[in-house]
Amino acid sequence: MKRHLISAADLTRDDAVLILDTAEEMARVADRPIKKLPTLRGRTVVNLFFEDSTRTRISFEAAAKRLSADVINFSAKGSSVSKGESLKDTALTLEAMGADAVVIRHHASGAPYRLANSGWIDGAVVNAGDGTHEHPTQALLDAFTMRRRLVGRDAGIGQDLSGRRITIVGDVLHSRVARSNVHLLTTLGAEVTLVAPPTLVPVGVESWPCEVSYDLDAVLPKSDAVMMLRVQRERMNAAFFPTEREYSRRYGLDGDRMAKMPEHAVVMHPGPMNRGMEITAAVADSDRCTAVEQVANGVSTRMAVLYLLLGGSEPAVTTNNARTEENK
Amino acid sequence: MTKILIRGAKVLGGEPQDVLIDGETIAEVGAGLTAPEGAQVIEADGKILLPGLVDLHTHLREPGREDSETVLTGTRAAASGGFTAVFAMANTFPVADTAGVVEQVWRLGKESGYCDVQPIGAVTVGLEGKKLAELGAMHDSAAGVTVFSDDGKCVDDAVIMRRALEYVKAFGGVVAQHAQEPRLTEGAQMNEGVVSAELGLGGWPAVAEESVIARDVLLAEHVGSRVHICHLSTAGSVEIVRWAKSRGIDVTAEVTPHHLLLTDELVRSYNPVYKVNPPLRTERDVMALREALADGTIDIVATDHAPHPHEDKDCEWAAAAMGMVGLETALSVVQQTMVETGLLDWAGVAERMSAKPARIGSLEGHGRPIAAGEPANLTLVDSAYRGVVDPAGFASRSRNTPYEGRELPGRVTHTFLRGRATVVDGKLA
Repeated sequence: MKRHLISAADLTRDDAVLILDTAEEMARVADRPIKKLPTLRGRTVVNLFFEDSTRTRISFEAAAKRLSADVINFSAKGSSVSKGESLKDTALTLEAMGADAVVIRHHASGAPYRLANSGWIDGAVVNAGDGTHEHPTQALLDAFTMRRRLVGRDAGIGQDLSGRRITIVGDVLHSRVARSNVHLLTTLGAEVTLVAPPTLVPVGVESWPCEVSYDLDAVLPKSDAVMMLRVQRERMNAAFFPTEREYSRRYGLDGDRMAKMPEHAVVMHPGPMNRGMEITAAVADSDRCTAVEQVANGVSTRMAVLYLLLGGSEPAVTTNNARTEENK
Repeated sequence: MTKILIRGAKVLGGEPQDVLIDGETIAEVGAGLTAPEGAQVIEADGKILLPGLVDLHTHLREPGREDSETVLTGTRAAASGGFTAVFAMANTFPVADTAGVVEQVWRLGKESGYCDVQPIGAVTVGLEGKKLAELGAMHDSAAGVTVFSDDGKCVDDAVIMRRALEYVKAFGGVVAQHAQEPRLTEGAQMNEGVVSAELGLGGWPAVAEESVIARDVLLAEHVGSRVHICHLSTAGSVEIVRWAKSRGIDVTAEVTPHHLLLTDELVRSYNPVYKVNPPLRTERDVMALREALADGTIDIVATDHAPHPHEDKDCEWAAAAMGMVGLETALSVVQQTMVETGLLDWAGVAERMSAKPARIGSLEGHGRPIAAGEPANLTLVDSAYRGVVDPAGFASRSRNTPYEGRELPGRVTHTFLRGRATVVDGKLA
């Protein structure tokens, strides 16, 4: 593993599989009566959030706490950051307080990269979403969810997603989730297709290792997983599409469309969902939709990331013995 | 009167000759001149002698942002880079949109003594693009403004642009357009293309520059005015200017040194030192710009020297200011990209960095031939020099150079402003 997790593109296939395998080990901890490991005792993890995101923040917080790390939540709101303190000064402050890892969410693309490479801090940096750039732990938890559903919980260990066909639908232009997933899923051997109105596909997408389609109905029958991206309502005012209804008709997933997917295929959503916009309630609440599972998997995956970045080479949970013990 | 004999200089890169300066004027040019009594002799030893460079596009920041540059520090930087005249852009605080402000900048330039400062006036009041500034009053002022620009902002209203082009004809003025369609570049952070798609940074599409240039050359044709295009940055813009010139439209264009060398691949570092407006483009654009500068489609090199304080670059990309300092590295970058590639000889460099910018800006006494009777504005260049750029050695108050740690060829060893040395042996006099 590298010292930081900034971009899903930085992960090799073996790095990624190691994280997913470690996450499976971590998931077993969640099944125990005491959901806690001593691994990161005495280490400090700072959740540095310049942008509101309760879901991602509590997911990282739960992950760090289950590994017994001390957690400091630093939110831009109501802090000196909103009074104009720079990213650099905030970083220097955290460094002085002895942060071993900084989990950063920032509205500016590249802010985590700057934090990791500017010499402002020594600790590990984990990108928890930067602007419209990347959200690598989201991609990891998505891949983890797909591997479990499409390959199997035990059968998946050591495996990647070779040959799986993944469709990502929606606002690719502004989506850090899409960017990270394209990198990671491709690294793991999957075939990725992006589906969006042409206005929401970035100029330059032709260099990405994936297909692009404007026709959702044509792609659905050839998909093992369909990931619906959240469409921000404010995009409507910028003429990306005419109306919410038209978007929903052309690119939303409803029951009829879901029926075109293969039997085994799953529906994914990074949340929060706009029910009635990109996904209907019927689809969101069906057992083919993994949205809630993704949240649970997020904690295990983030535990794995923090463990591998901070814990070094010690075994995370387990030895085979320990696992056998548990299985008794 | 001081007499200086420069011995064995390759005038415009030609055969070594001697040049005798007497007072403010070149007295004699020839082989084997004897030094008059009391004359100071400079052994040029085969260095290149050019007319003093002229920059049509400099930000001196004074008044208003003296933390990043002043007229004094900016002109010291200019002299270090071999310039004897710079045109100071109007986007100061207050904006140079009145006779009072342009006269202040002009006076500060006179006092600095390192190079001539010719203020540029704003086209519109407050650079807001709505109401013409008093262009005539600025022209009639002591500063004698002939170049007008809202640089930093585009004169995007077609009617305002038309009127400005027409109005300045009365006194031989020229409008220098910063071509950037504002709606197409809202939130723009870098060139729109393969790299912006990956980095998730807001795109600044080439079409936002090209569409404005296309409109403006057609406007210039329609009203019979001349127009100058600032910092042209795309292959498409080159095609439009080439077409306009072939039609006989009175258009001139400039390119910056950084657009001749750097590409948007550098933005992958998210280091804001590479953040500039217009943004760094692709390799294809860079090659088209070099070719256009060589064949005359692009008339001149202008630095767009844009100093910013350290804190405005020591931050995340989106929060950083746009711009790069350029006066002290311009000639080296041109040597590397144009001379050492065989695209341009030194006479061509002199035309594009001295003679033509002076003509476009109607600046007298600069960009003249190196000949007897001409003003002694001269730059001596050691083209064999190779060195790594160290911003700590800059005369500019700001350090935001994209070339830190990069090896560049060439070094200005002497600069003469009307016979007075402003740079001697590579150091400010």
